[in-house]
Amino acid sequence: MREFARYWRSLRCFWGTSLAAELEYPLNAWIELLSVLGNLAGSVFVLQLLFGGGPQLGGWSWSGALVVLGLYTLLDGFTTCVLQPNLSRIVNHVQTGTLDYVLLKPIDSQFWLSARTVSPWGLPGILAGFGLIVWALLNRGPGAPSGLPAAGPVLLSLALLLAALVILYSLWFVLAALSIWFVKVWNATEVLRYTLVAGRYPVSAYPPALRLLFTFVLPVAFLTTVPAEALLGRGSAIWALGSLLAAWLCLAGSRLLWRYAQRFYTSASS
Amino acid sequence: MSWAWRVARALLGSQYALMLEYRAEIALWALSGVLPLIMLGVWSGSGAAAAAGLSAQQLSHYFLAAFVVRQFTVVWLIQVFEDDALQGRLSPFLLQPLSPLWRYLAAHLSEQASRIPFVAVMLLAVGLAAPGLLWLPSAGALLLGILAIVAAFLLRFLLQVLVTTLCFWSERAAALDRLLMIPYLFLSGLVAPLDTFPPAVRRLALATPFPWMVDFPARLLAGEPVNVALGFGAIAAWCLLLLPIGHWLWRAGLRRYSAMGA
Repeated sequence: MREFARYWRSLRCFWGTSLAAELEYPLNAWIELLSVLGNLAGSVFVLQLLFGGGPQLGGWSWSGALVVLGLYTLLDGFTTCVLQPNLSRIVNHVQTGTLDYVLLKPIDSQFWLSARTVSPWGLPGILAGFGLIVWALLNRGPGAPSGLPAAGPVLLSLALLLAALVILYSLWFVLAALSIWFVKVWNATEVLRYTLVAGRYPVSAYPPALRLLFTFVLPVAFLTTVPAEALLGRGSAIWALGSLLAAWLCLAGSRLLWRYAQRFYTSASS
Repeated sequence: MSWAWRVARALLGSQYALMLEYRAEIALWALSGVLPLIMLGVWSGSGAAAAAGLSAQQLSHYFLAAFVVRQFTVVWLIQVFEDDALQGRLSPFLLQPLSPLWRYLAAHLSEQASRIPFVAVMLLAVGLAAPGLLWLPSAGALLLGILAIVAAFLLRFLLQVLVTTLCFWSERAAALDRLLMIPYLFLSGLVAPLDTFPPAVRRLALATPFPWMVDFPARLLAGEPVNVALGFGAIAAWCLLLLPIGHWLWRAGLRRYSAMGA
């Protein structure tokens, strides 16, 4: 318990200082807001084009697909807030040798590397994603149960969203930790950003081979499709359990990999 | 002339050697260009392409071509330039009797050259996974397509030079590139063929430089009917428009540049 309080205190210090530093650049808030709105408008436009052939996409209705898109936007905002500012820096630490100082600190190094800074510029994305989800749920069209879902599905989807966040974090961390071996994997984490774009659409919209890939290799399905199904009241026990299991596996995997990677860290220029 | 040849050879040679050193990174970069392939997956599952009059084969040819075009028109000038300006590496470059932009251009060309094997491997993987997808364009289409890719790359590079010069005024100009990325992503034909756009949006898109960067070379490679003269003309016109603006901004920025920390 004392240990937990210590980490909580550290986290408050970390985030307080980084927020103060980020707010030095107020123009960024506008750029980020514009970029979120532009991306959202573009995504809705493309989704509309995809629905040009019929009322369904991979068995998903228009509002269901919007929920998926909203979840994607929300996760993207979370990435900008926490994952990108922290984990894209591991490479620099390895390159310049400042990882030495991180490892020497009397605090868990994975915690330090993952939570050292926070950026407020992902908040527009989180809010926009949340707004889109609520809007899509309220406007489900004729034939579908309208209005917000009951408490049960909401709680389930919140749990699955948490699992999605854990999976996303682990994927980012694993890729960033690889820089211990490949020192100049400059922006390996950017690759994730571009491949996770697949999460903008329900996983059943893809051909079967890609569906398998996005479920078992790059678990995009668990990031957006599974929480969206729960929110639409179609959650199934198998997928929910699978999602939690995947989250646990990913987190444990990232932890193990970090322990293993540290053995190969030889500091810069040695 | 021989001076230009010597400089070009030295720059390209050294940058190519540098890029080969980073081949793991370049493999990852090549991998990050899979967006058109992902979009091919979504589009082939939806009936929207057929409704717009595109057959399954046309669709797959288009997106595979767009994938190749995207691989060889990636521009990352602004990220590197911002870092160089902030870290003070730009100052020694500026002392040399050659604009630093040539150095960056050589770096981009070398990176593309070192990308070729990775792109070939990825295309091979696509061919193995779905044997019907690959095709060989006719010699004429291939030649014109490659020319169009080079022209599209130059246009994109020039456009980013414009934004890059803002690094002289702001420490975080790279954030602006994210804004430039949005119309590029949605209007260029990278995520949806222009044929599926509503007519009004399509006209609007064609009035911007973006469709000429992906849609035009991709259609050439895919063997779609396309107005070759109009395409190259549009790229040339945009280049002629952007070149003086970029030149002027670069000069104005240089006058303002005072090296970080000075």
